[in-house]
Amino acid sequence: MNAIPLLDVRDLTVEFATRRGTVRAIERVNIAVGKGETVGIVGESGSGKSVTSYAVMRILDRAGRIAEGAITFGGIAIDKAPEKVMTELRGREMSMVFQNPRAALNPIRSIGRQIEDVLIEHALAVRSTAKQAAIESLRAVKIANPEERYHAYPFELSGGMCQRVVIAIALACRPQLLIADEPTTGLDVTTQKTVMDLMVELTQARGMSTILITHDLGLAAAYCDRIVVMEKGKVVEQARAASLFSDPAHAYTKRLLRATPRLDSNVRDLLPEPKPAPPPMPQGAPLLEVRDLVKEFSGRRGAAAFRAVDGISFTVHEGESLGLVGESGCGKSTTSAMVMRLLDPTSGAIRFAGEDIAATPAARFARSPLRGKLQMVFQDPTDSLNPRWSAFDSIADPLFRLGGIRRDAARGRVEELARLVGLPQELLDRFPHQLSGGQKARVGIARAIALDPKLLILDEPTAALDVSVQAVVLNLLADLKVELGMSYLFISHDLNVVRLICDRVIVMRQGRIVEEGQTESVLHDPQHQYTRTLLEAIPHPPAIYQGEGLPA
Amino acid sequence: MAIAIPPKARLIGRRLLQAAPAIAGIVIITFLLTRALPGDPAVYFAGPAADEASIAEIRKQLGLDRSLPVQFLAYLGDLATGNLGTSISTGQPVLTELITRLPASLELTLIALLLSIAVAVPLGVLAATRPDSWIDHLCRFVVTAGVSLPTFFTGLALVYLFYYLLGWAPPPMGRLDILYLPPDPVTGFYLIDTVIAGDLQATLSALQHLILPAVTLALFTLAPIARMTRAAMLQVLASDFIRTARAAGLSRRKVLFGYAFRNAVLPVITTLGMVFSFALGANVLVEKVFAWPGIGSYAIEALVVSDYAAVQGFVLAMALLFVALNLTIDIIYTLVDPRLRLED
Repeated sequence: MNAIPLLDVRDLTVEFATRRGTVRAIERVNIAVGKGETVGIVGESGSGKSVTSYAVMRILDRAGRIAEGAITFGGIAIDKAPEKVMTELRGREMSMVFQNPRAALNPIRSIGRQIEDVLIEHALAVRSTAKQAAIESLRAVKIANPEERYHAYPFELSGGMCQRVVIAIALACRPQLLIADEPTTGLDVTTQKTVMDLMVELTQARGMSTILITHDLGLAAAYCDRIVVMEKGKVVEQARAASLFSDPAHAYTKRLLRATPRLDSNVRDLLPEPKPAPPPMPQGAPLLEVRDLVKEFSGRRGAAAFRAVDGISFTVHEGESLGLVGESGCGKSTTSAMVMRLLDPTSGAIRFAGEDIAATPAARFARSPLRGKLQMVFQDPTDSLNPRWSAFDSIADPLFRLGGIRRDAARGRVEELARLVGLPQELLDRFPHQLSGGQKARVGIARAIALDPKLLILDEPTAALDVSVQAVVLNLLADLKVELGMSYLFISHDLNVVRLICDRVIVMRQGRIVEEGQTESVLHDPQHQYTRTLLEAIPHPPAIYQGEGLPA
Repeated sequence: MAIAIPPKARLIGRRLLQAAPAIAGIVIITFLLTRALPGDPAVYFAGPAADEASIAEIRKQLGLDRSLPVQFLAYLGDLATGNLGTSISTGQPVLTELITRLPASLELTLIALLLSIAVAVPLGVLAATRPDSWIDHLCRFVVTAGVSLPTFFTGLALVYLFYYLLGWAPPPMGRLDILYLPPDPVTGFYLIDTVIAGDLQATLSALQHLILPAVTLALFTLAPIARMTRAAMLQVLASDFIRTARAAGLSRRKVLFGYAFRNAVLPVITTLGMVFSFALGANVLVEKVFAWPGIGSYAIEALVVSDYAAVQGFVLAMALLFVALNLTIDIIYTLVDPRLRLED
């Protein structure tokens, strides 16, 4: 490494004062970032990767404090610097890009003014020159029509656009260090690629150093020189990107690598322990037939109606899993809401188990005997559970409402469901905030299978989970399907995840199906240009790691 | 449709139109409500010695012998000509009474609210920026004390202390010293009218009379404003864009006032509207304690004697005031928050 790193973090320990006493968020963390270097910090939630970066910027919450260690940036002792110095450093010499770009911008201030604020604060512009400088900053992040966009508010821009604005704010004063904290989480894969490429282009052109914080090993591999792996507040391993993937040293790194889906892994490969593959299910008669389904949303006065779903047809057979893939706004969620009978289609037929269920209005479908046979697992395991209900209440709810089971008789069935989804019995009396993300996901799944559904709609069931938890949940879903004889309609933006579960896959774009076929053939031999673009945008870990005791 | 109308003006115009059905509803409800009051105004008006015939005669004079729809049409006609009827108890036209008494209540409420904002908003902001500090505890104490002390008690306590014991305040009797004549009504606000009349002595006297009731009312309205400011500031300060602003090195001042406060001010405005509404109604007790010739005490007296024309006029005036108030708040909201302009 170069003689003196730009940023040197030595034995950094950060403590948070909580009601239950002091908690160490990170402990003795050592990270060095050289000039022009890109360092990735990877780890799952709670690993302390964000806390580390907040400590470097000295923007920890009031409750947090640097307890031990030293942070040196360009010869300045950050940990001891007075707030006045920090205000000058932040934005000027080191700056940060955040997750969830729309929330990261002031909602009631035009984006141009927000960039101006930074330029004026750091004396790089005065009132009269600020507007022009802000427009230049917008142009630098490749925002079309920067003169017009200058007046736009965050709510008028897409997520990708907002992230460009956040980057423009971060880079406006040409700092030496950029910290990007999950900059593309929640963005579509193609948007992720353009945002990341833009960030790399700008930082390289300016010789900047970058810290990329991410939970996505593939992303870290594609863009970082060196990778630091964190677990539970400690650095467990750091290595050059290439060697980390070919020769991981720490057990946690290995586990993380295994759990990250690759182009060639199957669902069992993700688990730390090998397990025989679930037996293939014989495919039966058509269970769900969707014909010429259309959903129009009326436009604002005078504007043409917007077709969210534009005449799509597909079939799910008994025992089959079908993946529905596309980026945000492609109509996949509208489709799933219509199939689930939560939303009435404008036209088209939905035949489920031989009956045209689209004929029953969504408002009355809850009374249909087929309601229990068509169930859903929702995207956010936390938000989809009633915070005032215990796990037992949530799982038992469909039994009471649709299953006609009395309260005292439900206990046995709920315990059986908990066993099926691998939820320990003693957790049944806990409330959502007392459960981990994976446990909440299991509760959501148990609730969905409570009435023996024939078709389960899975709406990004693992998008909010850490990769290691995602690995377990995906395997659980694969097992349950065989055990209970269900069919799946799997909605996702992530082709890599869909691949692991689905026999067939449909790619949607702008309300239409652009490609449909067997999963393997669509992934390895995509026919449509859009499918190719999607596939190319997914970052993959470079070399395939073959750990000991793994089936080749 | 004219093209030249700027979008903001059009939005405000639309909001004004939306107020029309509310006003129509108010007119109908005030009419029905006053007819549903217990007690027979004719009996009261005729006096204790009246016989059946004279009561019937008076009932006929008041138009109360006609059917409800006919009475309603007559009522609409009266409203259109600005005739709100005559108060039975004072014998004065209701409109004249309202015109003299409403500004008295408004002056008191507005000054109280300004006082309250001047204390509560900074207090809330400071409490939010320094949680668990002494200022936060002070905020909590003031808020609790403010809501838990009834206005007539604080009013009496203030009178006892500042008038009876210390002698700093004038006697709690009305809006002006008896030495001064009320100024020519221009706005109806004595503070302004006396200045217009060039009688600064009277202005001073009006101010002295105003201070204690205004402080009483301000203490009561302090709590919701301070609470909401504190809560809104805390929520905004914890949001992502504040972190972005800090990470971009914006000064503490800029982050606090340019970014956080401007976002927090939206819920505070809503609260202000609510507080203003209930203060206007709730200052009846304050008016009683300070013999303030306001609209609240007028309404109570009218209600007690079933003076339905006066009650009707009072309810109508208050309701129109609330509509105007909500309209103003809506418009301020639209001007502050760009997201609400999207509706167009």
